[in-house]
Amino acid sequence: MELSENRANESVRMLRSEAEWRSGRIRRRPAVFRAPPQTGVPITPRKRGWFRRFYGLRSGGINPAGFHPSQIPFYLILTPVVAFMLLPIIFIFSTAFKPAEELFVYPPRFFVVNPTLKNFRDLFVLMSASDVPVSRYLFNSIAVTAISVAVSIFISSLAAYALSKKRFRLKQTLFTINTVALMFVPIAVTIPRFLIIARLGLIDSFWVHILPALAMPVGLFLLKQFIDTVPNEVIEAAQMDGASDLQIYWRIVLPMIRPAIATIAILTFQATWNNADTSAMYINVESLKTFAFYLSTLTATTSGANVVAGQGLAAAAALIMFLPNLLIFLILQSQVMSTMSHSGLKG
Amino acid sequence: MSRPSRFRNGLIREGAAYAFVSPYAVLFVTFIVIPVAVAAMLSFTYFDTIQFPRFIGLRNYITLLTQDDIFMKYVLPNTIEFAVIVGPGGYALAFLLAWMLAQLPRLPRTVLALILYSPSMTSAVTMAVVWQTLFSGDQNGYLNSFLLNLGIIQEPVQWLQSPQFLMPIMIVVTLWSSMGVGFLAMLAGILDINPELYEAAAIDGMSSRWQEIFYITIPSMKPQMLFGAVMSIVGTFQAGSIGVALSGSNPTPRYAGQLIVNHIEDYGFLRYEMGYAAAVSVVLLLMVLLFTRLANRLFRTEER
Repeated sequence: MELSENRANESVRMLRSEAEWRSGRIRRRPAVFRAPPQTGVPITPRKRGWFRRFYGLRSGGINPAGFHPSQIPFYLILTPVVAFMLLPIIFIFSTAFKPAEELFVYPPRFFVVNPTLKNFRDLFVLMSASDVPVSRYLFNSIAVTAISVAVSIFISSLAAYALSKKRFRLKQTLFTINTVALMFVPIAVTIPRFLIIARLGLIDSFWVHILPALAMPVGLFLLKQFIDTVPNEVIEAAQMDGASDLQIYWRIVLPMIRPAIATIAILTFQATWNNADTSAMYINVESLKTFAFYLSTLTATTSGANVVAGQGLAAAAALIMFLPNLLIFLILQSQVMSTMSHSGLKG
Repeated sequence: MSRPSRFRNGLIREGAAYAFVSPYAVLFVTFIVIPVAVAAMLSFTYFDTIQFPRFIGLRNYITLLTQDDIFMKYVLPNTIEFAVIVGPGGYALAFLLAWMLAQLPRLPRTVLALILYSPSMTSAVTMAVVWQTLFSGDQNGYLNSFLLNLGIIQEPVQWLQSPQFLMPIMIVVTLWSSMGVGFLAMLAGILDINPELYEAAAIDGMSSRWQEIFYITIPSMKPQMLFGAVMSIVGTFQAGSIGVALSGSNPTPRYAGQLIVNHIEDYGFLRYEMGYAAAVSVVLLLMVLLFTRLANRLFRTEER
């Protein structure tokens, strides 16, 4: 494609608008230069010795460049809050690695002393003796989540591209309906959903895990808002060069909205990976249920004297549930933050 | 001759756009629009899942308002108590935390934000396992053992089975996991405000941080505030199953933690009165709508 000259002109134009923003002539910061959140500081201070760096002009107020004594109160308030938030998560880690005698110890100890992998071994070896091996639940979860994330990204971004950049009659209506659907509470329509899924013949099918999870109004909304920031000129230039809609979508829009895609990936991932309701309601075949469901049964099935030993297994399973969430968010967090600055909802 | 060709032109011009939208639209209609419509229709019928739904007009709603003692005595007050504390309370907390985080440099901010966000990555069901251990009713429970040691209580408390404690625990647990997408949106919104606004205000003589919050921060990020509010309202009503997950039974002990969502499940899946359950669902959706309208009123961005 002979895009290079257009691209060059484009970047000159965008640099100019960036300059205009800096001088305060336009209020919104130009889209393309917006990304990572730390660019809220207009001038990055050069390294000038630790004292100047930490006691610089921009060290107070929003998004400071370094430490400043005025930040101490915030640390003092935030630390206990954060510690409280962290407590249950530390508890999962700690309990998952506890050997049996530490689970039974009285008084109960919060932290593990002699960490062991026994709970994980038991989870996969002992529990497999029952009817369906745990690895089967895990495999189902992984397959369901991977397919959901991929398909959801694809169909939401296609729709978002059309809603943002194409012109068609129902465009405004569709977007408004989707915005209203942001307030949709799926749990409220459990019953009609059940009737519809039964009518579609999706009960006890693998696809019931995936299909209902794909239409996510928040996802479409965030993607559309983000694509709005892609300059129309870029797309017009590509059209002049004879690129088809699909080419524009694939080669121009998709690469430019990576942060938003990362965000949708995380949201879909969390929604499907953590979902135990689908298995509980629509699936009667044990081998098609997911790991989240298996975890929710762990406490119900281990009762009586077994309940304490069950804690270790449950914590190990909870840890397996939690870790992928954490890892994916860690990898993608900066992308998520730059998407979130476009999340605004105009009433 | 002119009309079909115009139609065809339209199809050529707009067809691609519809093709792009349609996969999403089909799923959206199937799993969101139709269920809502079906709920609305069923709410006017008697439906026990065996016979075909029989139209009974507004009787479900009348029963709900006049004869459903449990709904009026427990479910509605519980839902309002839960929603008011977790909704606006959690929302204000999310904003304050986001604002305080924005006052910190990038690295500590990212680490702390991640920790605050991480509980929302867990699901209620997953965590119920953990909460049940922490709040276990015998002296082996972590909270019981801790309080017994300190001498605050003399004998173990049945935290999750006592009507007195179930609701506060539900609220704490939900608040714990409520720093989700809305919180991130607000954090991003605060960081995105042009710092020159603050400098200009400082020159104009604005001195206190509170003035900054109310005259600059919130007005500059109204769209994110609204997004956060919608997410918080939806999250609050969506979290309804927590009471049942914690106490392990529906209905919850003496209806102490019974929320509107549990009431729907109770009637829909335990008593098979689907029509009545649908009427309750419609009331729930209307409540969400009402609260969102309210948030809209507060944080609307005026068109310029």
